[in-house]
Amino acid sequence: MHSPTTIETSWPDAIHAHFRRVGIRQVGYVPDAGHSRLITLCKDDPQIADVVLTTEEEGVGLVAGAALGGQRAALLMQSSGVGNCINMFSLLRNCGFGCVILVTMRGEFGEFNPWQVPMGSITEEVLRLSGFLTYRIESADMVDDIVGAGCDMAFDGNLQVAILLSQRLIGRKQWTK
Amino acid sequence: MLERRDFVRQLLIDRGDLLVVPGLGSATYDVAAAGDHPLNFYLWGAMGGTAMIGLGLALARPDRRVLAMPGDGDLLMGFGSLATIGVKQPKNLVIVVLDNAHYGETGMQPSHTKAGIDLVTAALACRFREARAVSRIEEAADVRKLLHAGEGPILVNARIGAEDTPRVLPLRDGHAIKQRFIEALNPA
Repeated sequence: MHSPTTIETSWPDAIHAHFRRVGIRQVGYVPDAGHSRLITLCKDDPQIADVVLTTEEEGVGLVAGAALGGQRAALLMQSSGVGNCINMFSLLRNCGFGCVILVTMRGEFGEFNPWQVPMGSITEEVLRLSGFLTYRIESADMVDDIVGAGCDMAFDGNLQVAILLSQRLIGRKQWTK
Repeated sequence: MLERRDFVRQLLIDRGDLLVVPGLGSATYDVAAAGDHPLNFYLWGAMGGTAMIGLGLALARPDRRVLAMPGDGDLLMGFGSLATIGVKQPKNLVIVVLDNAHYGETGMQPSHTKAGIDLVTAALACRFREARAVSRIEEAADVRKLLHAGEGPILVNARIGAEDTPRVLPLRDGHAIKQRFIEALNPA
């Protein structure tokens, strides 16, 4: 069994703390192993409406609606989910809706499943082409700084910010028990 | 069958502080034809996203009533949204689908509803509190009551005619539409 160390379990808490700091009130997500602790933190937070989506694309509309109503929103998704959003991202860029997306990466470091590689290997480029500023996090000690700066840029400037959490950070998917 | 312009105009009579999100294409033109309003968030793209914009808005402003008004093609493209809305159960959200059973912007090809796919049954299966189809203009007054006082989530499948209507083009600049809406909803 994989036994997470303290530092591995604390980075989702650091992200959640920034969500609280900048006043994020809605979080949309498709269930994901890498985001499981952050999802739990958001669900348990009475300040945050957690919205489980059938596809990541729905979350883009959610962010826009929240912003129209005066609330900040974030999305949690896996790299494969980025591909599901591409046309809908035009809503954010076209209207200037501030948005933070936390993307857990698959299809890179240590990936056991080749079917994850085609999307995982183009995720960052797709986000950039879609108008996002992208930042990559390789280790737990980078989380606080980058997520803090990313949230500030998104909501101070109505920018679209994507933060990629590398497979190295979240750990290889454990395939065998 | 409903005449779409007349139906939408009747829905928006005495709209008060209703927040309105029409889907791209004819729904946006219909809402514009009923009278421009800063609390209209006109969509010119983002097909499939209208219902979810309505959800985000309804969750952010539980004190206000929200009308999302996609066409049938728009709702079908984001069909999973019905399940997502069913999970959250927003009491202040009404979806009125302007269902002409065709893709009007692209040459009037028949949509899934033309083949009998039933949006009312789908909404009820997704735990909407109320879902109904309307096809007579006399029913517009009842739908208007639902908009302002019905307990959501509610879906109204408005069976409209497939006739061509003149385009009425509102603001197209996304930043301007957004900013105007936010300033009207959240005055400084």
